[in-house]
Amino acid sequence: MTKSELIERLTDDHELLNKKDAEMVINLIFGGIGDALSQGDRVEIRGFGSFSVRERDAREARNPKSGELVKIASRKTPFFKTGKELRERVDE
Amino acid sequence: MTKADLIESVYLTTGFSKKESAAIVEMVFDLMKETLENGEKIKIAGFGNFVVKEKASRRGRNPQTGSEIEISARKILTFKPSQVLKAAINEEI
Repeated sequence: MTKSELIERLTDDHELLNKKDAEMVINLIFGGIGDALSQGDRVEIRGFGSFSVRERDAREARNPKSGELVKIASRKTPFFKTGKELRERVDE
Repeated sequence: MTKADLIESVYLTTGFSKKESAAIVEMVFDLMKETLENGEKIKIAGFGNFVVKEKASRRGRNPQTGSEIEISARKILTFKPSQVLKAAINEEI
């Protein structure tokens, strides 16, 4: 399911929502989660899961083509932990 | 940030009542849960992909007792963030 299919499903299932509104809602939700993470905030959606930011240490790696040693700086990465309800529903 | 904050931003931006905004946000997550429950992946451009993966059974150890146990095959949900989200978090954009 893509973002546009999700928007379509929302307008099908909800008589008050037109496509423009549904698109706005989806952008607010995922944009909002992204903004919160960018500020280092954690986002918890009960029953679905939680999003947080994890730090990855700096490391040295090799360019697989040239075999050259490259330094990779420490960086942040988004992390999702599936909530209990969804974890159980996915694995039934 | 919680679901209540997302409901508030929908309420403030769309003109739907608080009750309607709550129902709409709830519906988005319910639809996503249903989709994933059916094993279907969800791709949100600019955010990331939610994918259900099958894990084979494997041998593991109980970390407390050290005894060997069989970990059964299972389905798990993984999230792969998009490059856009990763860049935003590292303030590259």
